[in-house]
Amino acid sequence: MKRSNAPIFWLLFGAGGMLSALLGTMLVFITGLAVPLGWPLPADLMSYPRMLAFAQHWLGKGFLFVVVMLFAWHGVHRIFHSLHDIGLPTNAAAKVACYGTALLLTVIAAIALLSIGF
Amino acid sequence: MSDSSRTIELEVLRYRPEQEDAPVWQRYTVPYTDDMSVLQALQYIKDELDGTLSFRWSCRMAICGSCGMMVDGKPHLSCQTFLRDLLPGPVRVEALAHFPIERDLVVSVDGFVKKLESIKPYLIPKEPRTLAQGEYRQTPEQLAQIEQFSSCINCMLCYSACPQFGLNPDFTGPGVIALLHRYNADSRDGGRAQRMEVLNAEEGVWSCTAVGYCSEVCPKHVDPANAVNQNKVNSAKDYFLRFLSPKGAT
Amino acid sequence: MTRKPYVRPMQGWWRRDPFFVRYMVREVTALGVLAYAIVLAVGLVRLAQGEAAWNGWLQTLRSPASLVLHAVLLVSMFVHAKSWFEIMPKTMPMILPSGQHIAPATITRSGWAATVAASIVLFALAWWWRR
Repeated sequence: MKRSNAPIFWLLFGAGGMLSALLGTMLVFITGLAVPLGWPLPADLMSYPRMLAFAQHWLGKGFLFVVVMLFAWHGVHRIFHSLHDIGLPTNAAAKVACYGTALLLTVIAAIALLSIGF
Repeated sequence: MSDSSRTIELEVLRYRPEQEDAPVWQRYTVPYTDDMSVLQALQYIKDELDGTLSFRWSCRMAICGSCGMMVDGKPHLSCQTFLRDLLPGPVRVEALAHFPIERDLVVSVDGFVKKLESIKPYLIPKEPRTLAQGEYRQTPEQLAQIEQFSSCINCMLCYSACPQFGLNPDFTGPGVIALLHRYNADSRDGGRAQRMEVLNAEEGVWSCTAVGYCSEVCPKHVDPANAVNQNKVNSAKDYFLRFLSPKGAT
Repeated sequence: MTRKPYVRPMQGWWRRDPFFVRYMVREVTALGVLAYAIVLAVGLVRLAQGEAAWNGWLQTLRSPASLVLHAVLLVSMFVHAKSWFEIMPKTMPMILPSGQHIAPATITRSGWAATVAASIVLFALAWWWRR
């Protein structure tokens, strides 16, 4: 029986799933609701100078990269398997479309974060 | 109060390959008492109403694993499923899901048996052992590691519950992987490396998406979902660490 | 006697049992996790493009459409967390070397405890940073 390469994607899926389970809800609340609405956190918490400083610091940069990357790889892995569950084709094209999306997001995040500088 | 006038209806999915191309539902009216199992109802049908009804059974006490079937859409051992819990009926009885139907309630088990054989379901000694060395000694703690997983009666309800097996019959499946785990986790066994090939394949643990329904339906509380998903970690370790050791990580 | 086994179709399998419906709901939360990753990635690009672009992005985040989306994502993340910790016990050995069994509920509760703690820390950091 041929050895599967699933472990690579499964570890990324697992790490992303754990991170999004632990932090996802609060992150969405803060960045998507609390700050835009200005309550209970101030609207200027995500102002340009603050966000630039955050993304330029190695901790902030690392955090943002890890979140985008792991959330992306988690999402696409599960979506790919769900395609199989609902009877849609899971051929090479589907694999490239799914995992390619995560790769694209990873690269975009890396380029953006690097061009923001230190 | 007498039960003699009470009856219950059973709708059974019939399939006779020599006379039809697809299964058909057939209704029967069976006398009801509140201690009757679905198996007893089927036996009444076969004995009194319709001798052509075919189904597997043996022990009538939930230990042989023969009488698995779908009752009202869920996998059950018919000997352990009681009509009183299914009132007022009609009770729908169908062959175990995800398996090809041979006839009526009898499914094809060939694939399952082959998978059982493929995992080397026996103790493989760590090193050659002579009779003079005496018996294996095992502590209660060591036994506790495997006892739960050794309770499997091969009833295949977990396969009926598993949609991944339904979608891909090549999936080794919950019961067989639980048995594989039972041997790998046995302190007396040294055959882990020989069983890794089954685990590591796409049809091994990697077809499982942790639906978890297998463990819900298991009549012996084996928890095959746990056996399979624990072994994803072992398989991943084997995948990444195999280059470190000449014989593989395990 | 010839064998002519009948294979029943799998179409619509997940609609046949509430257990499977709950499984599909769990799987669908992956769309929410991916969607949020995309939102963050777009945000990073806007940040990299400079102050004007970033301020435009902040405006977008304040729009009703974005607020509704994030409300949906909030629910999706919560359902993901809940279902993740429910299945987590299955992914680990539940029998200690001592032979003692760990209850699944114990593992699930510890996952939730970690989430509550992490969420509080995250909020506290944001709160502290607002000065």
